[in-house]
Amino acid sequence: MTSQPQPAVHHAGKASFFGWWRWRRIEGYLFIAPWLIGFVAFVLGPFLASFFLSFADWNLVRPPTWVGLEHYRTMFTNDPKYIKSFVNTVYFTVFHVPLILVVALFIALLLNRQLPGIGVFRTLFYLPSVTAGVATAILWRFIFNYHYGLLNQAIGLVGIEGPNWLGSTKWAMPAFIIMSTWGFGSLMVLYLAGLQGVPRELYEAAEIDGATAWDKLLNVTIPMMSPVIFFTMIMTIIGSFQIFTAAFVMTEGGPADATLFYILYLYRSAFQWLRIGYASAMAWILFLVILALTLIQLKLSRRWVFYAGEELA
Amino acid sequence: MEVEQGAVRSSGSLLSPPGWRWPQVRALLFNAFLYLLIVAGGIVFLIPFVWMVSTSLKTLPEIQRIPQPLLPEVIRWDNYWVAWTSLPFTRWFFNTAFITVVNIFGTLLSCSLAAYGFAYTRFRGRNFLFVVLLSSMMLPYHVRLIPTFLIFNHLGWINTFLPLTVPAFFGTAFYIFLLRQFFLTLPKELDDAARIDGCNSLNIYWRIVMPLSKPALAAVTAFTFIDSWNDFLGPLIYLRQDSRLTLSLGLRMFLDFQEGTGDLHLMMAASVATLIPILIVFFFAQKHFVEGVTFTGLKG
Repeated sequence: MTSQPQPAVHHAGKASFFGWWRWRRIEGYLFIAPWLIGFVAFVLGPFLASFFLSFADWNLVRPPTWVGLEHYRTMFTNDPKYIKSFVNTVYFTVFHVPLILVVALFIALLLNRQLPGIGVFRTLFYLPSVTAGVATAILWRFIFNYHYGLLNQAIGLVGIEGPNWLGSTKWAMPAFIIMSTWGFGSLMVLYLAGLQGVPRELYEAAEIDGATAWDKLLNVTIPMMSPVIFFTMIMTIIGSFQIFTAAFVMTEGGPADATLFYILYLYRSAFQWLRIGYASAMAWILFLVILALTLIQLKLSRRWVFYAGEELA
Repeated sequence: MEVEQGAVRSSGSLLSPPGWRWPQVRALLFNAFLYLLIVAGGIVFLIPFVWMVSTSLKTLPEIQRIPQPLLPEVIRWDNYWVAWTSLPFTRWFFNTAFITVVNIFGTLLSCSLAAYGFAYTRFRGRNFLFVVLLSSMMLPYHVRLIPTFLIFNHLGWINTFLPLTVPAFFGTAFYIFLLRQFFLTLPKELDDAARIDGCNSLNIYWRIVMPLSKPALAAVTAFTFIDSWNDFLGPLIYLRQDSRLTLSLGLRMFLDFQEGTGDLHLMMAASVATLIPILIVFFFAQKHFVEGVTFTGLKG
């Protein structure tokens, strides 16, 4: 890709003014060409293709046949596993998103002060965000182990017998919610960056007016942080709908489909059972759900998100 | 702040020594309390990691004893050797390292070129294409997963590293955005001065913009390293043959093997071993992870 602009650039300096002028008009396209080609080939193309595939029945062996809206009808009327995967994912999202946002904001508020050694904790809390993968999923699978797991050992110290977390239809999902909260570090870093941007004068003005720490949090910090909170809320919800690796490693969807997440079911449909059309329909429903949730939040955000520049206009 | 302190000084108690008025004491106690809270939180937070390492150095009977000892009686370093050599982990390590290095190279090249195009050149439809770039970030990866698989399947790339490396040379929307935001903070005069000296755009990109953007490029490198090293779904779909697996896939396979024998200590040893490169990179590049977040300029 890099060799592409080279020859043209070579004579750009020596060519006539007209040639140079024409060159300046097209060189931008060459710089973005790799991305543009990739966007068409690996993003826009596949995005549209999956839409058409969702109306077809195809197992990669026999030629595809057109089935219209059949897959969409099956999903919602004749596939309890699909409904289960949807409900599971919503259940996870409803608890995971508020919990991780609050924890990340709380820790960020704690760490947002000039105390010696505080940077060490920022690094420490960020750590699980970089180790997220199969290794930590295995670690958590073992932490939730009924007999030898860290969690039940700890609970046992105070005389309570812990549940068989990942082996129980009731406790498997809370286990995933606990595990996911551990990864609050990347949100915390975003919030710390946001907190640095809140003007000091606002706090000073509030102090002169006799505001308590609690008043300052509710009336200065939270409103000033609302754009960042809003952005992270949207991204966390999107991410929450796409949980896969942890489920694949910790429970493989079990027990009795209690942790059958949306993408896990999509993966099995597409790559284990080769139901290409059906899985594409699932992918499109996921896209539409995420789109709808994002648009609803954008609409609701006008009520609570405060953009500092606005009142100047 | 100053107003408050002044007011207190005049009304301070005679009993407390100078400089130790109640607001100061209160602030000190408050900070001590915060420290305690943060340290306690940090310890609770770190226990899973400590336990992971400790378990990886124990014997199996030690793990199965209740109550479990927190630290191993004798440190068993050879757990690591046994776990690592029981499956071709060395091979998987080099596979993963190769994929990661190619991804970093491809991402840095393609994303910086595109970011330069969006930040420094003018062309028809530039703003429109930039909006397209931003909206593509919101598109869930899984919506394009199946057709992308079909393309690579059609090309005969299944069970090769090509589906996991070639896309990196076509840019990643988020990193293009990050680098463009950074490029825009560089002084515009540099560009003008270089043009007067007869530099063309490619020279400016390579000789001026790239060297000045090392912090942003380091952030992209750090993020790409982590994404690539931890990637699981990609290798799961595209790699089949045992000798071609990555560490994350191999570790998942190791889990299946260990389920039968219940060798939890070896399982933990293998998991810790795959995390070591990440920990090394993280401790050397931690600044860049945090900076990368701020470069995107969430505030506007």
